[in-house]
Amino acid sequence: MGIAVEGARKRFGDFQALDNVSIDVPDGSLTALLGPSGSGKSTLLRAIAGLETLDAGQVVINGQDATATPAQKREVGFVFQHYAAFKHMTVFGNVAFGLKIRKWDKAKISDRVHELLRLVQLDGLAERYPDQLSGGQRQRMALARALAVEPQVLLLDEPFGALDAKVRKDLRTWLRRLHDEMHVTTIFVTHDQEEAMDVAEQLVVMNEGRVEQSGTADDLYDHPANEFVMSFVGEVNRLGEHFVRPHDMEVVLDPDERTEEAMVQRIVALGFEIRVEFVLGDGTEVWAQLTRSELQKLELREGQIVHLRPGQTKSFNGDGSSPDRQGASTPSGGQGGDDAEVSAAV
Amino acid sequence: MVVLYLSLMVMLPLAAVVAESTSGGLSAFWDSVTGAQSLAALKLTVICSLIVVAINAVFGTIIAWVLVRDDFPGKGAVNAVIDLPFALPTIVAGLTLLTLYGSESPFGINIAFTRVAIVVALCFITLPFVVRAVQPLLMEMDREMEEAATSLGAGGFTVFRRIIFPNLVPGIIAGILLAFARALGEYGSVILISGNIPFDTEVSSVFIRSQIESGNVSGAASVSVVLLAISLALLIGVSLFARSGVHGEKRGVFARIFNRLLSRGGGVGP
Repeated sequence: MGIAVEGARKRFGDFQALDNVSIDVPDGSLTALLGPSGSGKSTLLRAIAGLETLDAGQVVINGQDATATPAQKREVGFVFQHYAAFKHMTVFGNVAFGLKIRKWDKAKISDRVHELLRLVQLDGLAERYPDQLSGGQRQRMALARALAVEPQVLLLDEPFGALDAKVRKDLRTWLRRLHDEMHVTTIFVTHDQEEAMDVAEQLVVMNEGRVEQSGTADDLYDHPANEFVMSFVGEVNRLGEHFVRPHDMEVVLDPDERTEEAMVQRIVALGFEIRVEFVLGDGTEVWAQLTRSELQKLELREGQIVHLRPGQTKSFNGDGSSPDRQGASTPSGGQGGDDAEVSAAV
Repeated sequence: MVVLYLSLMVMLPLAAVVAESTSGGLSAFWDSVTGAQSLAALKLTVICSLIVVAINAVFGTIIAWVLVRDDFPGKGAVNAVIDLPFALPTIVAGLTLLTLYGSESPFGINIAFTRVAIVVALCFITLPFVVRAVQPLLMEMDREMEEAATSLGAGGFTVFRRIIFPNLVPGIIAGILLAFARALGEYGSVILISGNIPFDTEVSSVFIRSQIESGNVSGAASVSVVLLAISLALLIGVSLFARSGVHGEKRGVFARIFNRLLSRGGGVGP
C-alpha cells in the first residue's frame, strides 16, 4: 500500500531528470521530496500523478500498477506551486469541478464543497473569484479542490513556494494538522530543508535525478549518507575533507593540540541564535552557532583571535558516496568522527 | 498637438459626414436610409458580416490553436502569412479572388457576382482578427490549469470546454467585434467579385459610392452615418471588453457575465 516507484527514468533532451529512482512511501504517511532545483523531485511527483510519462520504471499506487494509467484516471490530488486556479470559476466552482466531472448531484456537491471550504477555512468566500483571494487562500482553495474527490494520494508540488515567509509557516503547521485528520498518503516537494523537516515524517533527498538518501529528519541529520545530504540537510562547515555542524564548533580562548586558530570576522545576532563567522589561517571561512549567553561569556569582538575546537565531524570517501557511521573505524584514513584525527587534518 | 491632430484627422471628417447626412433635414435622412435599395444593401452587408464572423470565430480559433500548440515545419511562415490580408491592398485581394473563383477560374469554381463571393472575400479580409486576438490568450494560458483539470478526472474535450474555451472567449469576442466592424465597411475586395447588382449583391459601401456617382451626396452620407454608428457601437463594445480584461486583477463585470453564462457550474451555487 502507499506509493512505490521502481527504477524510474526520464530524460528531457540532453537532461536526465530521473536516473533510476526508486522510492517507497508508506500508506497514510506524509513524505517530503527534498532537493535543489533540477534534482528531479518535481518530475518524480508529476510522474506519480501521470502528468509526465516515464521512459522506464514503474509507479505503483495502493498496490495497483498505475504506470500506464492516464492522469485522468489515477485518482490523484495534485496541488501546484502557482495554484493553477481556474480563473474563470468561483471558489465554489473550483472546488466543485472534480465532483461535477463525477456527475454528483447538485445538493451533494454543495454539501461536500461547503464542508471542504470549512476544512480549509474559506467558508464565506465561496462566491469569490481566485484573483480576489490572497496567495495563501488560493493555495488552500487548490488543496480543497484536490481533496474534494477523495483522492487515493495527495501530491503537492512546492505548495508554499510562492508564498511569503509568514504565510508559509502558518500553512505548514496547518498542512501537518490537516494530514493528521485526513490520513491520506501525501507527498510534497520542497527545496527548503527546514520546511521538509518541519512537516514531513519521512524525507527523500534527491540530487541530479537520483535519490541520495531517505529516512526521518533525525536519520538524515545525524547519519547523512554522503557529503551532499550532509550539506543539504542542515548547515555545515567544511574543514578539508571533514564536515562539522556549526553548533559542534566550540569556541575557546586558550589553544590546545586539538584547536585551530581563527579570527572573528563578523558576529550576527539572529535573536536567540548568534552566528559567528571566522576565517582560519589558511583562509577557510567557517561559522559557529552560539547561544546569546555563550557569546556573553566569551566576550567575542570582531577581529579577535580565538581558537576553534570542532566537535563531532564527519568525512566521506572521495566520491562522497560512502556513509560514515558514528564511531565506526575503517582502515582507510580520513574516516570517522574522531576528534584527534580531525585536528590533524585541519 | 494631439487634440489638434485628432480633430483634423478624425473628429472633423466624422462631423462633416454627420452634417452632410442631415443637410436635407431629418426626414430626408430617414428617407435615404430606409429607401428600398439602401435597406437591401444594409441588410445584405449586415447578414454577410454576421456569417463571416461566425465562420472566422471558429476557424480563427482553430488556427490560433494550431499556431500556439502545435509544432510543424513552416510554422513561422504560416504565422506571418496570417497578417497578409492586413498588408495586401484590398483591391488586390479582390482581383486575386476574381481570378481564382471568377468565370476564368482554374478550378472551375465560378462564384463571381453571387452573395457567396461576398462572404468569401470578407472571410479572407477579416481572418487575422480572431487569430490575433486569441493567440496571445492561448500563449499566456496557464497550462497547469489544464493539468489540474485532468488530474481531477476531466477528459480532453471537457478540459477544452470547461477550462480552455472560457478563457479564450474574451479574445474570440474582441476578434469578432473588430472583424465585424471591418466587414461592414469593406469595399476594395468586394467590389470586383460581387458584381454590385442592386437588391442582390450590392453591399452598403458600394451603394454609397453609387449614390455619390449619381450626385446624391447627402443620401450617401446618410447610409455612411448608419455604418458609422454600428462601427462605433462595436468599438465601444471592444473597449469595454478590453477594460474588463481577461487576466488577473483587471477582471471586470463583462468577463464575469460571459464566464458565468459559459461555465455550466453557475447554477450549482449555494
